[in-house]
Amino acid sequence: MEFVDYPALRERVFRSTLPNGLRVMVLRRPEYSRQFAFFATQYGGMDLRFREEDGAGWVDTPAGIAHFLEHKMFDTEDGSALRVLAANGAVDNAFTASHITGYYFEGTRGFEENLRTLLSFVSVPYFTRESVAKEQGIIAQEIRMCEDDPEDAAYHQLLDGMYAHNPIRSRVVGTVESIAGLTPEILYQCHRAFYRPGNMALCVGGNVDPERVRALAEEILPAGHTAPVAVDLGLPEPRETVRAYAQREMPVSAPMFELGFKGTPARPGEQLRQELTAQLACDMLLGSSAPLYNRLYQQGLINGSFDCYYDAAPGCAHLMAGGESREPRRVLEETLKEAARLAREGLDPELWERQKRAAYGGMVRRLNSLESTCIDLVQSCFEGDDYLRFPELFQSIEAEDAQALLAGWCVEERASLSVVTPPAT
Amino acid sequence: MERSCKSLADGVELAVCRTEQFKTGLLSVTLAVPLAEQTATVNALAPEVLCRGSRRYPDMEQLSAATDRLYGAALGPSVRQRGESQCVSLLCSFIDDRYTLDGTALLEPAAELMGEVLLDPATQDGLFRQDYVESEGVNLADDIRARINDKRGWSIFRLTQEMCAGEAYALDKLGDAEQAAAMTPRRLWDGYQDLLRGARVIVCYGGSADPQRVEEAVERHFGPLLRGREVRLPCQVVERPAGPVRRVTDRLDVTQGKLAMGFRTGGVTMGTPLYPALLVCNALYGGTSHSKLFEHVREKMSLCYFASSMLDGVKGILAVSSGVEFSDFDRAEQAILDQLEAVRRGDFTQEELDAALRSVVNSLVSRRDSQGQMEDDWVTRLLSPRGGLDGELLARAVEQVTGDDVAQVARLIQLDTVYRLTGKEGQ
Repeated sequence: MEFVDYPALRERVFRSTLPNGLRVMVLRRPEYSRQFAFFATQYGGMDLRFREEDGAGWVDTPAGIAHFLEHKMFDTEDGSALRVLAANGAVDNAFTASHITGYYFEGTRGFEENLRTLLSFVSVPYFTRESVAKEQGIIAQEIRMCEDDPEDAAYHQLLDGMYAHNPIRSRVVGTVESIAGLTPEILYQCHRAFYRPGNMALCVGGNVDPERVRALAEEILPAGHTAPVAVDLGLPEPRETVRAYAQREMPVSAPMFELGFKGTPARPGEQLRQELTAQLACDMLLGSSAPLYNRLYQQGLINGSFDCYYDAAPGCAHLMAGGESREPRRVLEETLKEAARLAREGLDPELWERQKRAAYGGMVRRLNSLESTCIDLVQSCFEGDDYLRFPELFQSIEAEDAQALLAGWCVEERASLSVVTPPAT
Repeated sequence: MERSCKSLADGVELAVCRTEQFKTGLLSVTLAVPLAEQTATVNALAPEVLCRGSRRYPDMEQLSAATDRLYGAALGPSVRQRGESQCVSLLCSFIDDRYTLDGTALLEPAAELMGEVLLDPATQDGLFRQDYVESEGVNLADDIRARINDKRGWSIFRLTQEMCAGEAYALDKLGDAEQAAAMTPRRLWDGYQDLLRGARVIVCYGGSADPQRVEEAVERHFGPLLRGREVRLPCQVVERPAGPVRRVTDRLDVTQGKLAMGFRTGGVTMGTPLYPALLVCNALYGGTSHSKLFEHVREKMSLCYFASSMLDGVKGILAVSSGVEFSDFDRAEQAILDQLEAVRRGDFTQEELDAALRSVVNSLVSRRDSQGQMEDDWVTRLLSPRGGLDGELLARAVEQVTGDDVAQVARLIQLDTVYRLTGKEGQ
């Protein structure tokens, strides 16, 4: 395997693409006691409509299927997969997001056995009518739990207000009704479409031998190379949001809100750069060192729960901010006013330099975690980029880039506000 | 990794873990006092007000600018509960000297900033600023009231309140919402001076600096904390056997029911000989995703989305938490008790036992890969009335645990209180 050194970060990453298309990465961390392995596919809650295997037509699948599939992958014919990991004391889990499903374990012993197990249960599906029916009961409970979560409700209400067509609107867990009709056949079909090595990546962090990781992946995964299937993301999104405001009642102690600014998806190869630029723009507008944040905080319009961030998925990109507030509409008004001012007057150069330094430090701190570093490496590899390039990218981002982003995105017609209020008494 | 712990003064300990494993250094100062109704709110509110501004950086914008200059150091308060102790901390995580763009050392300026925040706050007429006290008081009250937003956390919180009524353990570590909202600068100032004078102080550092350098930074920037201390009673833990089972039901507008069951561990706590067996017992029973609760109550019976147990080793309480349909409360409760009975009978395979044992060892050994967890472990161990083994020694003790030990400790575990959170009438 070839390796790349990142001297500023004191990291070394080994990389290789197998003949079957699987991208393999190893983050060498000799001083760590644990090993962390992350095996992921570019498939998630938004990938609902895709090209049939023979290329003839499109397949429509119900909301929540990628997440359902994730649950079912842990079943194997002899039920042994999790026993092996458990016997080694390893902790395994998985998650499904809008455009990624990832499986992982972390452990301190039996690494090769654990990795074999992970690769094999994710690549060999085994579904029965009974096991699908049983899972419907479990996931229905998970869906109920999400339905009672006010943050989740505010977030989805916001996505519905921002996007007209993009399947990012679809809830990753689906609904009790949408998963009710799932069958083993459709699950097998989705597995064939999305769990092919050419659509997947593996990243291992810890004190491990990179050549062994590569060799095991080659031994266990299917050899044939097939290109990823085409996914239909629906009609192109209009520039504007669908609606400016939505609210609902839930048993919460204080009103919660999530506000969003609809952005423009990055061009291929520009995702990481846009992510850094947008996060900096967000910090300049609403970060804790920014004048607006402090004004809102002093006026009691936001509190410590307030957070702002950038997020993107195929066909969409946005800035979001949320927390608790007695007057969410005023938070949005003030934010729009401040964004207009920054777009007009430009960014404070002293604050800009400080934000860049702070953001750099924050990203370095994040590298402490094997988990987030491996996941970030895989996400950025799916975008054809290299996450650990961030120190040099930071150098090349100018205040004008962030200013242009705020000017283009943070305007009234691209804004939407979602509020969850306590029940009116 | 070299670890050391020394006493800097009466009631003041410095724990240092020197390692180049991490990209960061972590420095924390913890003030620990007995959790009490009269002081809990003041102690929880004080660090929030301190983080609004110091004399040199009198507002959040300037304080935030100071942390930005330290490469975005994460400086923040934390309030933890360990047994019947309330631990008020200020933590700062900053990138290690090796990663700053110009090789600047950050330990000393970070310690300086923390010292200023703790000991030289922004004041008005010799007290905390009125506007900061008012707004943080309201924020803290909101936080306390917001506990109910997370229904799983809320059900465990309510269980604890009911189960430990009359014990300091049942108090909210964040204090009382009404007291917080009505706080005055005078009350908070006086209360904070009491905390500074009377608390046990634990300073922790993890990172690449040598202990001598850390000690010098602490002496220089936290000086007033090290002198003239009047440390109050050591933090006690109330141990009480389980009595007749208590049952409590609350109604809220929810779609999923929450079942929380509290057990007493019969005197087995951190630092006692059976503690390693209790850790394994918890893992086997409900602490992992291959435990009896997960396998039987979730997987085989499909009764709930989650069913797991968690342990407070300092206090000696095991709590089971589960999310169920309203109609399944009785079945789920019985299933949870049946599984405990199975552990008591020794009704588990060698494979289950080995898996539980290794998962405990794995989680203990893994903790050294996280600075935050190592810091948390230091604080916990130093405040545990019976002390406790460090992670590696404890892991070795866990490896010796037998099936008989696990069954024995399970027989000591007694159900105390059952809490149900269900929907409104007619739902």
